[in-house]
Amino acid sequence: MAKYLLLKHYRGAPAAVNDVRMDQWTPEEISAHMQYMNDFAAELEQTGELVDAQALSAEGTWVRFDGEGRPPVTDGPFAETKDLIAGWMAIDVDSYERALELAGELSAAPGAGGKPIHEWLELRPFLTEAATTTE
Amino acid sequence: MDEVLLRSLTPGVLTVLGRRGADFAAAEDAVQDALVEALRVWPADPPRDPRGWLVTVAWRRFLDATRADAARRRREDVVEVEPPPGPVPAVDDTLQLYFLCAHPSLTPSSAVALTLRAVGGLTTRQIAQAYLVPEATMAQRISRAKRTVSGVRFDSPGDVATVLRVLYLVFNEGYSGDVDLVAEAIRLTRQLATAVDHPEVAGLLALMLLTAARRPARTAPDGSLVPLAEQDRSRWDTRAIAEGVEVLQAALARDRLGEFQAQAAIAALHADARTAEETDWVQIVEWYDELVRLTGSPVVRLNRAVAVGEADGPRAGLAALAELDDAVPRYVAVAAYLHERDGDLATAARLYVEAARAAPALAERDHLTRQAARLNARRTT
Repeated sequence: MAKYLLLKHYRGAPAAVNDVRMDQWTPEEISAHMQYMNDFAAELEQTGELVDAQALSAEGTWVRFDGEGRPPVTDGPFAETKDLIAGWMAIDVDSYERALELAGELSAAPGAGGKPIHEWLELRPFLTEAATTTE
Repeated sequence: MDEVLLRSLTPGVLTVLGRRGADFAAAEDAVQDALVEALRVWPADPPRDPRGWLVTVAWRRFLDATRADAARRRREDVVEVEPPPGPVPAVDDTLQLYFLCAHPSLTPSSAVALTLRAVGGLTTRQIAQAYLVPEATMAQRISRAKRTVSGVRFDSPGDVATVLRVLYLVFNEGYSGDVDLVAEAIRLTRQLATAVDHPEVAGLLALMLLTAARRPARTAPDGSLVPLAEQDRSRWDTRAIAEGVEVLQAALARDRLGEFQAQAAIAALHADARTAEETDWVQIVEWYDELVRLTGSPVVRLNRAVAVGEADGPRAGLAALAELDDAVPRYVAVAAYLHERDGDLATAARLYVEAARAAPALAERDHLTRQAARLNARRTT
């Protein structure tokens, strides 16, 4: 078994094939999209491959340490930041091929005109604990 | 097996252990052990006297734990003198338990967790599931909370308002895990109402009943939010509404108005309208005026602007909105709605998109995006 993160981006991914902003879809197309996402997660739960699914707000803050006894420095949100993560699905699957298959399926979620978005998703393997036989 | 019955027995069992001299933290652990044991054993072998069974098992667990503790201390051969034990918080009845678990020294999340476990009789695992945190994290949160209140004395009753805030949080937040937190919050508030005679307790109970009554109509089959005006009112729970109205009327008759009663009154006016068009918005605005007077809360003022928009037209609503700080959560969503009602669809669509960006919940974000999409579709066709 291996865990993978399927990352969805607000910004920073290459443009999707069917690249239309959601507020330009019809309400029915939005509903169809949501249904597809819910069904996808439910299906993964059924197959015992879902670890976690979360959505992130589009707005956040950058924070860093500013020295002992001082409050942390905050900044942003930066409109120019190229990469903005929208959410993720963590899956636990038997093979890399299965992870690819699922990512492809998720990317086929319907969008404007009811056609697949072909959205680029980022597939990242989790670094694992050292296996028992690792010397 | 009736898990709700099991839960309802919890505070009483805890009280018995307290009366026998057990301190709160240890007694609460023992009762939790007994609950977990009951969940395991009862389905196959239900006891004739559930409460007696729980008291026996919990007391045995308490004694075992105390002996193990004493033995460990002996083994470790403690040389330094133990500090004298502080005043033992007397867990003398259910009401005191509510006060203890909602003590002002606790953070809201700790008070919620402790209330659900000690008063609600939920297991740590169920609470962890409801708030989407690992079980070990929730266990730590609860034991830290117990340490925090370990020195609290109980000669005087606590403040009912702090308890109500905790119960309202249980009602309003959390996820649908194994346990229905809305039903649980109602059960705990109902139980509190039998322990203390206070119009605001009744007000909160009424508010919960009237709000929960709309739950079946609040979500579409695809999980999307259905706004109040578009809900299928035949799916509202009329029994819950009737009970809520009755509880509220009895509370209002005592002429000690508080924010929960006022909120419940607004919920009752919505419940009373057979269609959205029949809603008595003028009276709702009056109740919001009361609420503003009682709380001064910017969120209440925001809701009042919506009601004014319905009672006196969208321009009046926008005027009421203009007096508010635009940093209030959901300000932009309200502005979008009022602009739509005013016929300015382009502005409304733009504001819905902006509101979606700031939405705190996924269903809300999707709803606002759908509103923008609806207006954009209408404008282009």
